[in-house]
Amino acid sequence: MRDVAVVSFAQAPNVRNAGAMNEVEILMPVVAQALEKSTLTLQEIGFTCSGSSDYLAGAPFSFVMAIDAIGAWPPISESHVEMDGAWALYEAWVKIQHGAADSALVYSFGKSSPGQIRDVLALQLDPYYMAPLWPDSVSLAALQARALLESSAYGEKDLAEVAARSRRNAQSNPKAQLAGDFDLAALLAEPYLVSPLRKHDCPPITDGASAVVLAAGDLARRICERPAWIRGIDHRIEPHALGVRDLTRSPSTELAGEKAGAAQGPLDLAELHAPFTHQELILRDALGLKEGVEINPSGGALAANPVMAAGLARIGEAASRILSGSANRALAHATSGPCLQQNLVCVLEGE
Amino acid sequence: MVPPPEEMLSAGYALEYTYTRSVGPAIGRFLTGLRERRIEGVVGSDGRVIVPPTGYDPQTGETLENFVEVGSAGVVTTWAWVSEPRSNQPLQHPFAWALIKLDGADTALLHAVDAGDESRMSTGMRVRARWREETTGHIRDLACFEPEAA
Amino acid sequence: MENPVEEIQTPIRLDYQYTAGEATARFLRGLKQGRILGQRCPSCRNVIVPARGACARCGVATKEEVELPDVGTVTTFCVVHIPVPGSAVKPPFVCATIKLDGADIGLFHLVGGIPPDQVRAGMRVKAQWKPREEWDYTLENILYFTPMDEPDVELDDPRSSAHA
Repeated sequence: MRDVAVVSFAQAPNVRNAGAMNEVEILMPVVAQALEKSTLTLQEIGFTCSGSSDYLAGAPFSFVMAIDAIGAWPPISESHVEMDGAWALYEAWVKIQHGAADSALVYSFGKSSPGQIRDVLALQLDPYYMAPLWPDSVSLAALQARALLESSAYGEKDLAEVAARSRRNAQSNPKAQLAGDFDLAALLAEPYLVSPLRKHDCPPITDGASAVVLAAGDLARRICERPAWIRGIDHRIEPHALGVRDLTRSPSTELAGEKAGAAQGPLDLAELHAPFTHQELILRDALGLKEGVEINPSGGALAANPVMAAGLARIGEAASRILSGSANRALAHATSGPCLQQNLVCVLEGE
Repeated sequence: MVPPPEEMLSAGYALEYTYTRSVGPAIGRFLTGLRERRIEGVVGSDGRVIVPPTGYDPQTGETLENFVEVGSAGVVTTWAWVSEPRSNQPLQHPFAWALIKLDGADTALLHAVDAGDESRMSTGMRVRARWREETTGHIRDLACFEPEAA
Repeated sequence: MENPVEEIQTPIRLDYQYTAGEATARFLRGLKQGRILGQRCPSCRNVIVPARGACARCGVATKEEVELPDVGTVTTFCVVHIPVPGSAVKPPFVCATIKLDGADIGLFHLVGGIPPDQVRAGMRVKAQWKPREEWDYTLENILYFTPMDEPDVELDDPRSSAHA
């Protein structure tokens, strides 16, 4: 295996509505900043890979337009996944492992504000049994939340605590959308959005973008003082139909964490892509995270959820703490699909 | 087009696709059953009855062809109460989404339950299918489920 | 089983409120006033129209605005013989790439006012605008481009315009 590291990360301010800016205009400064921090130019980058979904803004082939943000001339080696950018990072990592590139630019963007994200996400469901009923993303998460609450010792207060802690942590993240001190009792007095979930259990609707630069071995050491080495990365998927899964557990996260070597050393922090509060509890249990592991110091997806970019941002946020020297070993997680169907785990370490 | 505020130009539009999908033998079998107001599942490699049926085993991937009829009533395994339905959802007044394990099935089906009020919902409750007047071979031939006690 | 179900209709509909983006909004606002606005790339100096806020070649933001005339040269075209669903334009009609004078990339539009079989690459054309009172934030303010009373021009070898 080749040593591959995250050498830079940049993200756009996470906002409810980026308004007049289109996706290219949101993305362009983010890509430029990630490249600048890496000291590499686009022409020096070996491979470029992005993650996005056209349905978010309803603009067909918007990922092709996004190429305008990076400048693909002379022609570059490029690929795209209709998934969160964390999976684009995985593809780029594989490409570097193959020896086909020594560096990669990975970016993702999501502008949810033009559409109805709860309906848009229904289109990721199977088109025969589920999508024709238009179950929205909050409702499906609520089915999972109740299954967890009724089969475990967790209560609604535990969910509210996740929300409060996430948004408290977000106060130190200038790019976060939703930050502040929230009183638990006040949160629990709020009405249900889709019972048993309240508004604070759900992610904000966000426009945003992220970019990461990866580099291998000596190149990473040359351009970066303290690369965040990817020590393990793996992703696993479960059956799609909700009714055949145990929604209270995340076996795919357990397996991805094991394959990525999450437990092979002490972790300083974990950035978990849990758009809903109860999903953080499921993920913590699946990964066996011990007391003392800081969870989502960035605020996580409950503080900003740019769909398609929130998972890549978890890897970027975890890597940032290694790049800055404030952490030595970190776990980053990304999810995709309804009710944590698919999960990616990445373990990062300093030198 | 909407007259612009100083900074922004925006316009509303609808994205519409009229997809016609081929369903294949397993889903086709299930939908044909619905048209006749009958619910069928398929026996998985571990003997579990999977409803709605999949063409391939969720665990092993092997082709599944052993279809069996299950009941049109069953038990709610988890649910979520929707106080403000969205315009495309099966019911336009407050309802519950539920995973429903039908009698004779080992996996649960996602559908809506018309319970009237959240207080009438509970995990483990029994519900039965309410059929649409005209059935065509579509998941929405099941209009929704309703509490069996009613 | 009689008449097994083999296919189903699964229509989808999603509603959006789409925003044009900063550069596109400037371009559309210009059209409302009967002006065609491009942008110059600060790096390769190419003039891009419609302006999109970025140079696709260089990957840098474009800010410098350049007003372009409504005359140019057809660089390539095709004759469409099949109707386009939802379009008011009836076949046969001519779709063309038109390089406005002073621009470095072509603008996609229609060529009209001439039988389709007489359209030529190299032909000089001018915008045929709708009446001023009908102008809106749209490229449809220009009905089509129509031939000018000028001799055809030699097209550059397309390979020579590929700046490195």
